[in-house]
Amino acid sequence: MDKRVTDLGTAVAPIRDGAVVMIGGFGSSGIPFGLIHALLYQGARGLTIISNNAGAGETGIALLLKEHRVTKVICSYPRTPGSIWFERRYEAGEVALEIVPQGTLAERIRAAGAGLGGFLTPTGYGTKLAEGKETRVIDGRGYVMEAPLPADFALLRAEEGDRWGNLRYHATARNFNPAMAMGARHSIAEVRSLSDGPLDPEVVVTPGIFVQSVVEYGVRP
Amino acid sequence: MKSLSDADLAARVARDIPDGSYVNLGIGKPTHVSAYVPEGREVIYHSENGIIGVGPPPAEGSEDPELIDASKRLITTVPGAAYFEHTDSFAMMRGGHIDIAVLGAYQVAENGDLANWATLDETYPPAVGGAMDLVVGVPKVFVMMRHAGKDRTPKVLRRCTYPLTGLGVVTRVYTDLAVLDVTPRGFVLVDLAPGNTLDEVQALTEATIHV
Repeated sequence: MDKRVTDLGTAVAPIRDGAVVMIGGFGSSGIPFGLIHALLYQGARGLTIISNNAGAGETGIALLLKEHRVTKVICSYPRTPGSIWFERRYEAGEVALEIVPQGTLAERIRAAGAGLGGFLTPTGYGTKLAEGKETRVIDGRGYVMEAPLPADFALLRAEEGDRWGNLRYHATARNFNPAMAMGARHSIAEVRSLSDGPLDPEVVVTPGIFVQSVVEYGVRP
Repeated sequence: MKSLSDADLAARVARDIPDGSYVNLGIGKPTHVSAYVPEGREVIYHSENGIIGVGPPPAEGSEDPELIDASKRLITTVPGAAYFEHTDSFAMMRGGHIDIAVLGAYQVAENGDLANWATLDETYPPAVGGAMDLVVGVPKVFVMMRHAGKDRTPKVLRRCTYPLTGLGVVTRVYTDLAVLDVTPRGFVLVDLAPGNTLDEVQALTEATIHV
C-alpha cells in the first residue's frame, strides 16, 4: 500500500465541479495552503467549502472566493480581520452561508465519519441557530438534533506522514484536521515532511485508514 | 460616575478565579484577565483551537506560527500543557470539564440570558464561533462588559433584544461600574466599582439591581 502522490496537482485532480470540500485549519494554523492553491489552479467551480473560517487576506480560501469558485460556505466564524473576499461575495449574494456553532461543526463532521445518524446537543437550544430543527428535553434540559455533515473531499495539513497515510501534527495545527480526515470520502493530506519509514504507531494521531492520499509540501506558514 | 479601566476590570475578574481552575478566556477584554491572577494561584487556560496550558506571548525570535490561541495570537505553552483535536476541545467545553468561562457580551439579562454573537443588523454576516458551546457546558460563566453603551443605552436588561447565545447561562456579570450575580430573584449586587452609588448604577441599568 502506497498513498503517496508526487505533487499537489495530482492530489487534487479528482475534485470535480460542485464538490463538497472540507478544509482543515483554524486561523492561519493547520491550513493546507499548498492543496488549496493547487485546487485554485485546477479550476473546479461551484464548490461548497466546510471550514472553521472563510479565509483572510489574499491566500487560501479567500482566493477561492475571489476567483468565484465557491457557491456555499459552511463555517462557524466567517468574519476574521481581513476576510474581505468572503464579505464581498456574501454581500453580492454570490455565496450562501450556513453558520454552525464551532463544537457542533466539529461533531457533525465526526458523526459523518463515525457512521452516526446525528446527535443531540444542548448547544444552541432556544436560539436562532436551532430554528427548524428537531429538539428534545431530557431530564429537564433542552437538546437540538444535529445531522451528520459529510463531504466528498477533505484537504488536510499535517506535520509528518508516511506511505500508509498515517499523520501526526504540530502544536495547534491539529484542530479540525483529524475529524475532517474521517468525515470525507476522499481525504488528501499535505504534510511538511514525508517519512521514509513508518511513523511510530504511538505518535500517530490520524490513522492512515482515514486518508486516501499524502503529498509533501515543505513550506510552513 | 467612576468607570473602571479595562485593566482594573480584568483585575477584578481575576480575583474571583480560584487556584487550580481550568479557565477559558474569550476574545476581546477577557484575554487580559490572565495577566492579573494573583501570585501563587495555578490557573490552566484552555483555548478552543486545541490547547490546554496556554502560556504568555513568545519572546522575539522564538515564535511558532502554528502555535496560536483562539484570538489567533502567537502563544507559548506552560508545563503540563496538551494539544488535542477539535471534538476533544469541545468535549472539554460542552462536557462540563472546564470550570470557568469569561466572555464578552452585547447584552445580558436578569434571567441569565446572554447575547454576544449577532446584532439586529441583517446585512452583516453573523459569526458564532465557540460561544454557544461554551455557555451550555461550563458551570461558571462570567461576563465582562461595559455597563452601558457610549450613548448610555442599557446593556444590563430585563430581557435581551439581540439574538441569544444561550438561555439562563450567565453566573456573574462584571462591568466597569458593578459586579452582579444572576440569581432566581434577578441581579443581586456583589460590589460597586469605587466611587459609585447604587442609585447612579441603577439609573444606567434596565433591570432591577437587588441588594
